[in-house]
Amino acid sequence: MVETGNVPIDLVTVETATVLQGCDAGILERLDYSKIAPRDKFIQGSALDCGVGLDAYGDILAYDPTVLKEAPTSVLDLFDTTKFPGKRAMRKFPAQNLEWALMADGVAPADVYKVLATPEGVVRAFKKLDTIKKDIVWWDAGAQPAQLLASKEVVMTTAWNGRIQNAIDTDKKPFKIVWNNQILEYDMISIPKGARNTELAYKYLAYISEPKNNAKLASYITYGPVRTDAASFVAPDALPKLPNAPDHLKGAYLVADTEFWGDYGEDLVKRFNAWLAQ
Amino acid sequence: MSALQPSELDRPTLARDRSAADTDLKSVSAALRRAEFGDRMRSLLLAAPLLILLVLSFGIPIVLLLSRAVYDPTIADALPKTAQALGNWNGQGVPGDDAFAALAADLKENQAKGTAYELAKSLNARLPGARSQVLKTVRKLESADGPAALDAVKSVPFWSAPSTWPAIRSGTRSLTSFYLLSALDLRWNADGGIEQVPPEQAIFIQVFLRTFFVAASVTLATLILGFPLAYLIANVPKGLAAILIVAVLLPFWTSILVRTAAWTVLLQKFGLVNDFLLLIGVTSDRVDLMYSRIGLIIAMTHIQLPFTLLPIYSVMRTIPASQMKAAYSLGARPFTAFRRVYIPQVFPGVMAGCMLTFILCLGYYITPALIGGASDQLISNFIANYVNVELNWEMAAALSFILLVFTLALFGIFARVLGLDRLKLV
Amino acid sequence: MLLSPYPTTGERIRITLLWIWCGLVILFLLVPILIPVPLSFNSGAFFIFPLEGISARWYEVVLRTQRWQSAIGNSLIVAFGTTVIATTLGTLTAIALSDEKFPGRRIIMPLLLSPLIVPVVITAVGSYLFYARVGLASTYAGIILAHTALASPFVVVTVGASLTGFDRNLMRAAAISGARPLTSFFRVMLPLILPGVLSGAAFAFVTSFDEVVVVQFLASASQRTMPLEMFIGLREKLSPAITAAATLMMGLSILLLLVANILARRGRKAPA
Repeated sequence: MVETGNVPIDLVTVETATVLQGCDAGILERLDYSKIAPRDKFIQGSALDCGVGLDAYGDILAYDPTVLKEAPTSVLDLFDTTKFPGKRAMRKFPAQNLEWALMADGVAPADVYKVLATPEGVVRAFKKLDTIKKDIVWWDAGAQPAQLLASKEVVMTTAWNGRIQNAIDTDKKPFKIVWNNQILEYDMISIPKGARNTELAYKYLAYISEPKNNAKLASYITYGPVRTDAASFVAPDALPKLPNAPDHLKGAYLVADTEFWGDYGEDLVKRFNAWLAQ
Repeated sequence: MSALQPSELDRPTLARDRSAADTDLKSVSAALRRAEFGDRMRSLLLAAPLLILLVLSFGIPIVLLLSRAVYDPTIADALPKTAQALGNWNGQGVPGDDAFAALAADLKENQAKGTAYELAKSLNARLPGARSQVLKTVRKLESADGPAALDAVKSVPFWSAPSTWPAIRSGTRSLTSFYLLSALDLRWNADGGIEQVPPEQAIFIQVFLRTFFVAASVTLATLILGFPLAYLIANVPKGLAAILIVAVLLPFWTSILVRTAAWTVLLQKFGLVNDFLLLIGVTSDRVDLMYSRIGLIIAMTHIQLPFTLLPIYSVMRTIPASQMKAAYSLGARPFTAFRRVYIPQVFPGVMAGCMLTFILCLGYYITPALIGGASDQLISNFIANYVNVELNWEMAAALSFILLVFTLALFGIFARVLGLDRLKLV
Repeated sequence: MLLSPYPTTGERIRITLLWIWCGLVILFLLVPILIPVPLSFNSGAFFIFPLEGISARWYEVVLRTQRWQSAIGNSLIVAFGTTVIATTLGTLTAIALSDEKFPGRRIIMPLLLSPLIVPVVITAVGSYLFYARVGLASTYAGIILAHTALASPFVVVTVGASLTGFDRNLMRAAAISGARPLTSFFRVMLPLILPGVLSGAAFAFVTSFDEVVVVQFLASASQRTMPLEMFIGLREKLSPAITAAATLMMGLSILLLLVANILARRGRKAPA
């Protein structure tokens, strides 16, 4: 698009690692925060050079208590096939899975990215994933986890918390979310370089970054605000369901290291795909 | 040799009269030839629009795609000075400062033209990890000129690694065998020979073998299911045969996507297939059929069954029942008659059905994408993935090239040995 | 005819087994295509048996929401465009090829049929690559062109079959009676081969209407067709609306091809 000089869109939602890569590649606009909101009012890591945070979501574990007799207590129970036999669904992507694999292998959350930056760490993570590879069903679209649980295709699945909450609230499914060892990430919005209506795009970014607007999203899907001063605006019934609600940060959790995935993402994706194909 | 050969007998007569009829005959045959030529031209003209359209909408795209497998000028275009500087490099170790200086100049040029990312991506396809290194170097070069630029490049250890420069040099040749070799898990080694890539990078041979295995399994399954049904349809009264044929054609007329969607429902853990297996006691527990090889083969068998069955049926239909009766009356037992009289005659139909199904299975994409698990993806899925996800057109082109060679070779055999008429299914 | 004149018990058993086997195969063929039908009337939001209740809500989704409406519209635009071009050009080509003297017939036939054999992903990826360069990617024209390549072989084959029963002397007779070539085509040839042409058109329509791979690569978000919307749905937003769409698509395809088949049969039997 940017290469052909024909940019039909003015805004694009992207994952954090993609923001960093797109910034390097020069296909995303470097943002002028004076037109958006004070940069220091954002949760750390959610206001990047080429992308501004939209919401915070949790990579969590979900299960159906009517199927699993014993409740898992941590996302890392994914790797315990003796206690929880059966298929489990995971996202067809290296990010999060490699982190969880290392933590399940005994690496402390604080050291995960340090270990994963070494070749030995990568081997170790894939070795751990190898132990459950034959039990994994891979999902690549956000709606699949809920579907896989509903059809009882899997006994547990990793998921984005909002999708599972939707299935619980709207479709009255009996699913449960395990927050312990969740990984927190941010959805980002960027302006592609060469967009025709840059000023309009900035206006939109400024609008959604106002604390009360930033908090509104939680009423539609249970993803948390990224403004530090937005919590008081969140609807009271939505607040306890958010990934960054105080209750959900009591156990172990990890904030996804976007720098790491910006640097190593491409090579790890390649390696992950080769590993999958074998 | 028959005794009478009219043409031989007529010839002397003709020869005798030639002098008289000569001019007439010549003009008649010339007129005939002209008319025939006109006919041919008109036929060609009638066929031309479709042929031209097919060349434009189908021929050129495929040739263009395949050319990407062997022709990749990105690096050559991006690094002209470096290519020149490497002209007199002996290929051992790391080249001299002139190459580094040329690289610095080229990289600055790319930065100015906005093509640095293209270059980084292209080099990364040949040299994993190169993308970030190129971009890092380009950033350093922003504030460096002359000798400082040379130092900036040298300060990135990547450029002094032993594997970097051979990759750059091979990249500066636009005509390349790199991608085709990669598609077969092969690469050039330092001594100019061809070797296998390390096992953790080897993917494609396995995927090609998997594709052949799935295609062969599906072909066999359709034959086992389809042959008896074709036999039955060919040997029951007409009215019943018509009903049975409709039963075969109904799924044939339903889109692959719709049937794949149906199978995703059926194959679920709590789907009908599992219910049925439990009911008849084949399994004692629910089995995982979705995202599995066996589920994929079942769904593909369903989709391909009519393709195998119909050519067999169309041959069986032409075999008169009286032949088998004749065999019986000559004392053949049913099985002997079947084996010696029937099978040899239906063999071309069986071959046609099986080859057609095998060829079509090689190109399956939708069904593996939706029903297969990660280790059941076929070669087409990898082609699509290289285009959609990795934006690596060259690799997609190389895999397409090899898949197409297999497909067309089989189709060529089919057309030559069995004839294209056997393709008619309707 | 299945039994020999003096069947033994063993033979009777074999024939009974044959019937049972074939009954199972027929079930295997038919059950999967009938499955979407009851599911499409499921009132629940998930894609599973047993049904939670009967409702037409998913048909309402397909027929009333903008997303599906535009998909249906796109499908029809592309399929009609493809049908018109493929039928016209395919019929002309079939007429040309029915002439025994057509130069290079043995070479051209396999080339004409090759779009059926080349893996469709290769066709799709190649079209995407080429059409993007000439400005045809993300256009209806591009999708229709690519679909025409896939659909025209069906027209050439069906029209070709109906032409084998056509006596070319009729055209000569028309010419002698003073008809100009176009007149004799429309007044003599076309009426006689019309069943073949219509059945070719139906095949072309269904080929385009059911196609998803080429569309996946060539269509932009505003050109999504029904099958593409279904494919995306199956991967991303599983909803029983897909089964409703599948039922509709299947109904249309089967109806059209049933008509086509009857026409084709009649065409081949037509006195000539």
